[in-house]
Amino acid sequence: MSIFYFIAFLSILFALLVIFAKNPVHSVLYLVLTFFTFTIHYIILNAQFLAIVNFIVYMGAILVLFLFVMMMLNLNKDTEPSKGIYVKLAGVIGGGALLVTLVAAVKMTAKSNPVLLKDVNLGSVQNLGKVLFNEFLLPFEVSSILLLSAMVGAVLLATKDEKPKATV
Amino acid sequence: MESFIEGIKVVPLNHYILLSAIIFAIGVVGVLIRRNAIVVFMSVELMLNAVNLLLTVFSVYGNDPNGQVFVFFIMALAAAEIAIGLAIIVMIHRNTNSIDVNILNRLKW
Repeated sequence: MSIFYFIAFLSILFALLVIFAKNPVHSVLYLVLTFFTFTIHYIILNAQFLAIVNFIVYMGAILVLFLFVMMMLNLNKDTEPSKGIYVKLAGVIGGGALLVTLVAAVKMTAKSNPVLLKDVNLGSVQNLGKVLFNEFLLPFEVSSILLLSAMVGAVLLATKDEKPKATV
Repeated sequence: MESFIEGIKVVPLNHYILLSAIIFAIGVVGVLIRRNAIVVFMSVELMLNAVNLLLTVFSVYGNDPNGQVFVFFIMALAAAEIAIGLAIIVMIHRNTNSIDVNILNRLKW
């Protein structure tokens, strides 16, 4: 019981540090820690497949991409733009209002039962693979086309054009 | 592994929803208060992850593996989105020497 609340506290703490850190490189490193706590949540829920995919895809691929771009553009604390204090205050108030609305909506519902794991093999690779390749075969193939087109688009966008661009 | 499974026996569903709502709200606040485009992207990632966790919890709660398959698709979508978004950010930085999202207000014409 207590392990969930400890990990949830760590998730919220690191998520707050992501958005309030002044240095963007520190933000990426705190985001790594946040995703690691999410991986622990998946392990607690016995979703083994998602824990591994979260670890590999998010912490291994996406965050390395973030860090790589950040290093390539030479971003650090000195180049960091910052909004005015009133805009920040308005943003925090707006987000807090959204949170209060969500919590109130949850409070309206009936008293909840505990999350029980009825089937231990629910999140195993074998079980999810059977579902993925039987019912979700077409979306799976379409997502491969999505990733291919995203790769082609990223290469096209990031390639430097040799022609001088039109001046505005 | 058995002790981990014992660990969730007494956590109510409401607390998971509350955790996801808090993380989602933190992501929204991050989009609103930061001007660095990459940090804005990272806040969007936080929101996607909050939804992923909630889908997984509902999948376990309802004993239905479809929710976890959906989380897999969301992760594939996030990977594609990040690849495109970071390419766009690199292009903007090459043209304007800045990744301040306020510079992009010229897009409104």
